[in-house]
Amino acid sequence: MATATPQPAAQPGVQAIERENYLNKHYGVPSWLFTTDHKRIALLYLMSITFFFFIGGFFALLIRLELLTPAGDLVQADTYNKLFTQHGQVMVFFFLIPSIPAVLGNFLVPMMIGAKDLAFPRINLLSWYLYIIGGIMMLHCMLTGGVDTGWTFYVPFSTAFSNTKVIEAGLAIFVAGFSSILTGLNFIVTIHRMRAPGMTWSRLPLFIWAHYATSIIQILGTPVIAITLVLVVAERALHLGIFDPKLGGDPLLFQHLFWFYSHPAVYIMILPSMGIMSEIIACFSRKRIFGYTFVALSSISIAVFGFVVWAHHMFVAGISVYAALVFSILSYAVAVPSAVKVFNWTATLYKGSIRYDAPMLYAFGFLGLFTIGGLTGLFLAALGIDMHVHDTYFVIAHFHYIMVGGALMGYLGGMHFWWPKISGKLYPEGWARLAALIVFIGFNLTFFPQFILGYVGMPRRYYQYPPEFQVLNVLSTAGATVLGIGYLLPMIYFLWSMRYGKPAPDNPWNAAGLEWKTQSPPTTYNFEEEQIVTWEAYNYEELDAPQKQEVPVAR
Amino acid sequence: MFDNFPLWPERASTAAANVDALFIFLLIVSGMMTALIFTAVVYFAARYRRRKGVPAEQIEGSTPLELTWSFIPFVVFMVIFAWGAVVYFQSRTPPRDSTEVYVVAKQWMWKLEHAEGQREINELHVPVGRDVKLIMTSQDVIHSFFVPAFRMKQDVLPGRYTVAWFRATKPGTYHLFCTQYCGTQHSGMIGNVIVQEPAQYEAWMSGGSTGPLSATGEKIFAELGCVTCHRTDSQGRGPNLQGVFGKPVQLDDGRTVTADENYIRECILDPGARRVKGFQPIMPTFQGLVSEEQVNALVAYVKSLAQPATAGVKTAAVTAPQNQSQDQNQAAGSQVNP
Repeated sequence: MATATPQPAAQPGVQAIERENYLNKHYGVPSWLFTTDHKRIALLYLMSITFFFFIGGFFALLIRLELLTPAGDLVQADTYNKLFTQHGQVMVFFFLIPSIPAVLGNFLVPMMIGAKDLAFPRINLLSWYLYIIGGIMMLHCMLTGGVDTGWTFYVPFSTAFSNTKVIEAGLAIFVAGFSSILTGLNFIVTIHRMRAPGMTWSRLPLFIWAHYATSIIQILGTPVIAITLVLVVAERALHLGIFDPKLGGDPLLFQHLFWFYSHPAVYIMILPSMGIMSEIIACFSRKRIFGYTFVALSSISIAVFGFVVWAHHMFVAGISVYAALVFSILSYAVAVPSAVKVFNWTATLYKGSIRYDAPMLYAFGFLGLFTIGGLTGLFLAALGIDMHVHDTYFVIAHFHYIMVGGALMGYLGGMHFWWPKISGKLYPEGWARLAALIVFIGFNLTFFPQFILGYVGMPRRYYQYPPEFQVLNVLSTAGATVLGIGYLLPMIYFLWSMRYGKPAPDNPWNAAGLEWKTQSPPTTYNFEEEQIVTWEAYNYEELDAPQKQEVPVAR
Repeated sequence: MFDNFPLWPERASTAAANVDALFIFLLIVSGMMTALIFTAVVYFAARYRRRKGVPAEQIEGSTPLELTWSFIPFVVFMVIFAWGAVVYFQSRTPPRDSTEVYVVAKQWMWKLEHAEGQREINELHVPVGRDVKLIMTSQDVIHSFFVPAFRMKQDVLPGRYTVAWFRATKPGTYHLFCTQYCGTQHSGMIGNVIVQEPAQYEAWMSGGSTGPLSATGEKIFAELGCVTCHRTDSQGRGPNLQGVFGKPVQLDDGRTVTADENYIRECILDPGARRVKGFQPIMPTFQGLVSEEQVNALVAYVKSLAQPATAGVKTAAVTAPQNQSQDQNQAAGSQVNP
């Protein structure tokens, strides 16, 4: 049977007896530390990445405060260099990459396909432990001096000149990388092997397609950065000549290897966010997503093309002009599927029945910021423009629009959308809408001036700068403060709602998808009975059909 | 005033106008795309907001529409690509008779040496209207030479030369930034490019020189004993360097390379790597024995041996049309009044 038993809605004034669910089945710290429940592991990840997000955010705040004035006056130059380095490393490797896959993906992938858990529950727990070990190594690195190479670890600075904790940071990321590989592996096997009867590939929610594409990148790309970091460590510790020209190495080789992972890594961050967009936009427009097949396949083609564009980070690094031409044209090729997605989401709104709940506001925010981020990517992929704006604030603004404007908006939208399912509580809608608005305004105020700063020539990673750049920097810092408030708010009201929030019904949005057919919060094994899927994804027409008893339709 | 709130960088080189034109084109294209998407989103969101009794209309999708909005952006992207490639190519290809300046970057300063012998630190004097080619290397980590007013940027790597060029169009003093993060004082590794009218520039050039760089190179060439093998006849144990620069060289392993700055540099520092055909591997490495500045001087000297006056007849037959010495006279003539 496909239908979930109707739940008696929580009576006002009557404290309903709490049903058994994955949160209250067991209590105590060991029940969390030794859990193999994908939902509990998702929450472990949620707590860990939130911790690192606020560390990374604190570094960002200090960076923006330092840049309030042209002179270097708040911190020392070396401290500043460590701040931007570790802001990048923490945000990329310990927040953005695990954010959506390891939290929402972990929670939702099995539920969306009608499975009881991921294919390898213990490996899932192992991946969290690896993340934590990597995280502790990173914290240790920060507390004992930190690292100042930039998150990019460019050689020979990192291997021969920096006198900071390069090896510790490299190994921390090395270990955390395995956690990412294991998550990807788990998802791929789960999606292939554990779909409920009837859940064909063409019926998969686009969230699953996005995670499938992401997982491919995780397992193919992450080993390359792991090896590269080991080579950096080897050259630094043992003076093996790999990258340093003084030892007979080639510094450009490092850049090729580094970006071979680190460019696709951007898609590890943005693809899951795109998956969330498809879910939210469909639900709040009450429509099947426009061009399902094209949206699904665009995720896969982004993952594939994403692997062959890395050297667009190196147009002025000293590569041959012909190589630059190839990588420029391929970069435009990868832009097409991204554009296709945006057009499809926009088209989904057409003739919809649109509500403006907080998740949808985040989705609108995503559309706006991702569009700007994507279009400025066209500037950077143009060889002639990149010569001028490469390594300036233009690049900083561009990738923050994608990775914060895009990925983080998606993450927050998803957190709001599935929070009732995760916690069993409703978040305060008014506050959530306010937060979405604050984030959107704060974000644009922070990063839009940086496009101008970049084009007028302010280089990135500058601790002090010529005075004419000050006004734009002040605007940016002001925006960062607003943005900071926008990020604090959800954390506060999510925590508040866990205790004081109204109990959530099983399907507060009347959304499509198997995860909404079970109770909120779900039981440990997600579903009371085996799910049999007889409908296409995003069957909002059936859901919204006036009060008809849901009857399984023979197809 | 815009002194404190610049919205557009100064434009002081021939490349700047090209880059700006493409940038403006991109601003228009992306502005239109943004307007299109934002208008559609806002209009749909308002027009199709939820109303009682008006259900959403299910639309499966449309393959012709998908193909249209894949194909049109693709065509636009290809136009951007091609335009960008042309601008890039121009900026990557130094004109043949450029004035040459050798740049040595180190943590955290720029050392510049004109072919005429003038040396500067964190300052570069150049005349208006002349092509200037920068031959750059680093003593330590990777740096990047960036002059926003020229829309010109090139990473400067240790262990090799990278090349950039520009032609200044407007007298003035412009920022020179290091844009590749290089350590503690990265943001202090800045300087000025001072563009002068030709007369002022000549006046500036007339002082403080220790003689042309190639002359310094010739001295080093003699001091290090290079002359004993690299003789000016065919009897030497090393190749005769007269007229070699810019020409194809047959290697021992059968390949052919062009004797450019990087090749000469490599031959000095790692002579065994790409050895000229017909010579024994007897040359010792000079890695660590000569400074970057001395290597530059030697390269400048080897180059000077290929000047039209001294270029030998023997190279004429084997080389491609981009033969430096042959074209030099014509190029010099055509570059003066473009």
